[in-house]
Amino acid sequence: MYPCLRIKMSSEELPGLYIHVPFCGSKCFYCDFYSVCSRSWICAWLKALRTEMALYSEEFPVFDSLYLGGGTPSILDVRELLELFESLAKHFAFSTVSEMTMEVNPESLSHEKLKAVASFGLNRLSLGVQSLNDADLKYLGRRHNSAQALRAFDICRGAGFSNVSVDLIYGLETQSLKSWKNTLDTILEFRPEHISCYQLTFEKSTALWKMRKSGRVRSIGEKMEAAFFIWTSRYLQRRGYRHYEVSNFAAGPEFMCRHNRKYWRHVPYLGLGPSAHSLSIKPMAGDFRDRTLRRWWNVKSVSDYCRLLSEGKKPVEGTEILSKDQFELEALDLGLRTEDGLAMNLVENYPHSQRVLSQWQKSGFIKVSEGRVKPTRRGFLVSDSLAVMLQN
Amino acid sequence: MRQIRNFSIIAHIDHGKSTLADRLIQHAGLVEDRQFRDQILDNMDIERERGITIKSQTVVLPYTSRSGETFQLNLIDTPGHADFSYEVSRALASCEGVLLLIDASQGVQAQTIANLYSAMEHNLAIIPVINKIDLPSADIERAREQIEHDLGLDPDDAVLCSAKEATGIEDVLEAIVERVPAPSGDASKPLSVLIFDAQYDPFRGAVASCRIFDGKFGPGDIIRFMSTGATHKVEEVGFFRLNRDPQKELSAGSVGYVVAGIKTVADIRIGDTITLDSNPVASPQPGFKDVKPVVFSSIYPISSDDYPSLLDALERYKLNDAALVYQKDSSIALGQGFRCGFLGLLHLDIVQERLEREFDQSIIMTAPSVQYQFTLNDGSSITVENPQYYPDPVEIEQSREPFIKAVIILPERYMGAVMKLCMERRGSNPRVAYPTPGRVEITFDMPLAEVVFDFYDRLKTVTQGYGSFDYELTEYRVSDLVKLDILVNGEKVDALSLIVHRERARDWGVQVCDRLKEEIPRHNFKIAIQGAIGGKIISRSTISPFRKDVTAKCYGGDISRKRKLLEKQKKGKKRMKMVGQVMIPQSAFVSVLKNKDE
Repeated sequence: MYPCLRIKMSSEELPGLYIHVPFCGSKCFYCDFYSVCSRSWICAWLKALRTEMALYSEEFPVFDSLYLGGGTPSILDVRELLELFESLAKHFAFSTVSEMTMEVNPESLSHEKLKAVASFGLNRLSLGVQSLNDADLKYLGRRHNSAQALRAFDICRGAGFSNVSVDLIYGLETQSLKSWKNTLDTILEFRPEHISCYQLTFEKSTALWKMRKSGRVRSIGEKMEAAFFIWTSRYLQRRGYRHYEVSNFAAGPEFMCRHNRKYWRHVPYLGLGPSAHSLSIKPMAGDFRDRTLRRWWNVKSVSDYCRLLSEGKKPVEGTEILSKDQFELEALDLGLRTEDGLAMNLVENYPHSQRVLSQWQKSGFIKVSEGRVKPTRRGFLVSDSLAVMLQN
Repeated sequence: MRQIRNFSIIAHIDHGKSTLADRLIQHAGLVEDRQFRDQILDNMDIERERGITIKSQTVVLPYTSRSGETFQLNLIDTPGHADFSYEVSRALASCEGVLLLIDASQGVQAQTIANLYSAMEHNLAIIPVINKIDLPSADIERAREQIEHDLGLDPDDAVLCSAKEATGIEDVLEAIVERVPAPSGDASKPLSVLIFDAQYDPFRGAVASCRIFDGKFGPGDIIRFMSTGATHKVEEVGFFRLNRDPQKELSAGSVGYVVAGIKTVADIRIGDTITLDSNPVASPQPGFKDVKPVVFSSIYPISSDDYPSLLDALERYKLNDAALVYQKDSSIALGQGFRCGFLGLLHLDIVQERLEREFDQSIIMTAPSVQYQFTLNDGSSITVENPQYYPDPVEIEQSREPFIKAVIILPERYMGAVMKLCMERRGSNPRVAYPTPGRVEITFDMPLAEVVFDFYDRLKTVTQGYGSFDYELTEYRVSDLVKLDILVNGEKVDALSLIVHRERARDWGVQVCDRLKEEIPRHNFKIAIQGAIGGKIISRSTISPFRKDVTAKCYGGDISRKRKLLEKQKKGKKRMKMVGQVMIPQSAFVSVLKNKDE
């Protein structure tokens, strides 16, 4: 019998559940998410995960989204996935509108595996393509080539997935605007429901960071980055995609990532697994001063994670309770990263808001419509500095 | 009295004054070697770091001469900078002789000469001392020549020593005993005491350093300050060893201190005369004057919330520095602050550094200004040292600015560069003298305003450190002045305004715009910086915007991390001043006047 996930009805926006699968075949040069390149911990991790679920199932009984991220979740085999879903089904319930996503990599997915996860209730895949140019893939330290990526997309569709997202990276020095366009054009032929386009970032302590420090690679520079960003946004919008967040495009409002949008709107989420972050809000509604927003994060190391749980302890490394200022700074920044922008009444509270808004409008960073301050493409590009400007 | 010698050491900066003082103190056995630290008389960190003396210090050195006689040598250490020349002159008035210190490798410099003149004005015995004879570059013969030609002293009188190696120290002490006359004076005459310094003690209040010329006094006596008429009851008198050493009385000829329940050093006027209230002397010691600030600048707290704390810091600072004057000031751009007057640029630097270090203040200082005089159409006259109060140009009948006599001594090979620098700074009427072969002494008439900004730094640069500079204020001269305004994105930043000479306005305008372009970080919008006289733009620069600062990924684990980054940015912004939407860093306000290539 399948461990099919229980379904519950609710009107309020329910929390999301994130599971961090900290295993990879190898580390990509640009990636700073926590993972280990060995399968030997999988068994212990699954067991620990089950314990962690039990510790939280009372506080978080029901979700309306699930996201298996990593790491490389598709590295798990069918038996391991089955075990994972059995645990989930035992501890949690999911509502009718649920979206359940798994990140998959072209080199580690098969028809059989996808059929299995579909039968567990999984209904969305995020495919780590990154590029369809082999030189780019090599530069990024990916394990697959472009041919494998294209085949992977067919496998997803073949297994019956009608909601597939593709991850792409741009702004590489190996990439020209033309080769980036080629990648996009080929992807567009498949009409994915969702595309994430990430600007290459040199994250601290990644291999790419070190390579840049030693002068072996370099960034394409702010001007080119901005040009790529604007071009990409325009191009995908012309092809019918909504640019609903700085790096995310959806083929329709129903395909915006339900789970990720919770992060951007302070909807609670529970993160399980090493290095996962969580947010709880109590009570769910009401004035800020009556509510407590608590964020906490797990230890990174999978061995510490397993050890703590084997001792029956929550593997929490740190906790913070957001002050009003902190909450508002986050809300401003996150809001300005999405097409929805900010509610005017949130903005108007700031002493210099009128002057700031008129300057933003003059600079072409925002449009004001329907009582909201909505960022333009150029606004997206500088949204970090916008939030700070408003709060001063 | 026959066994007392009152003397001072005068020297050009870096010629080894503090080191020689250290050796004399060690020789007298006042401190054990293990307690000894360099520059023992310089108590302030800033004095030690910069190798300068800011406050005078006095110390009594017991000395047994070669002939077996015991002497009390009073060393009055003086500040080593032109900013404090009045204090120096009062200290010299308290002495009968000086050691004129000359660096054996550098020879006679501008301040050596200036110091010699002031010693001569006070009719002091002058003992030339050639120091640093241990240096490989020492040229004793040349130094002797310069003593003869530049200073007009007998080179055979020069004593050779190396304070660093402690050689020749006995010779120096012997020369003091033999050549400095014993003080004259009469202990039975009415009391006449010259105040040459004052210091603040948190427990005793202000402590006056003084020289007794006639009479004697001690605890219980009622004394009167002759300039103010204020009277105080003496609590304690004594000598300066390394600490204060109370005595029953001080009498004619000696140097010591008075504690008399005086609240702050501002209640003690340096150069004033103390006498007895019951039996006053007929006339005070000559030479007293009110020290007036020469350079002005405004101090603002970085965060306007810190205004009360800055006020408190200034009040406490002033307890020990009567020369600093301040009053409330306000600026549209910078909020509430203080307009301060300083004795000179070094004094300004010292106040800024001590406020930041010892009083923990985060401050912005505006560009220094001098005091200008304006005659208005209605015949009235005003003085203005704050560009904010520059009068309406149509009402100005005549403008005047202070001039100095600048004396620069330099090796001949830099003469061209120095002439050029001085001409650029509106120097006029150059007089050139060749005191010794290879060296030139140039004297210029120059506006003080041209010197206060960065003249000394520039001089050091163009002469590779060999040029020395000294100046004295001479007079106010008629001048064509304008007010240069700086606009940042169309908004006038009052704290950046300058009063400048019309012919120099464009140069300053260009420099300020260029400097601000470097100082102000890029924003997400274009920033235009303009220099303007009246409504006319005379210079401009543009800071291009950054186009992208957004981070690509922002999911569960990124949000706290990112918020912390933004919080850090916000904190950084708190250290900047907002002018409209533009953040101007604190350093920008003073650095606009510093030349780029330094």
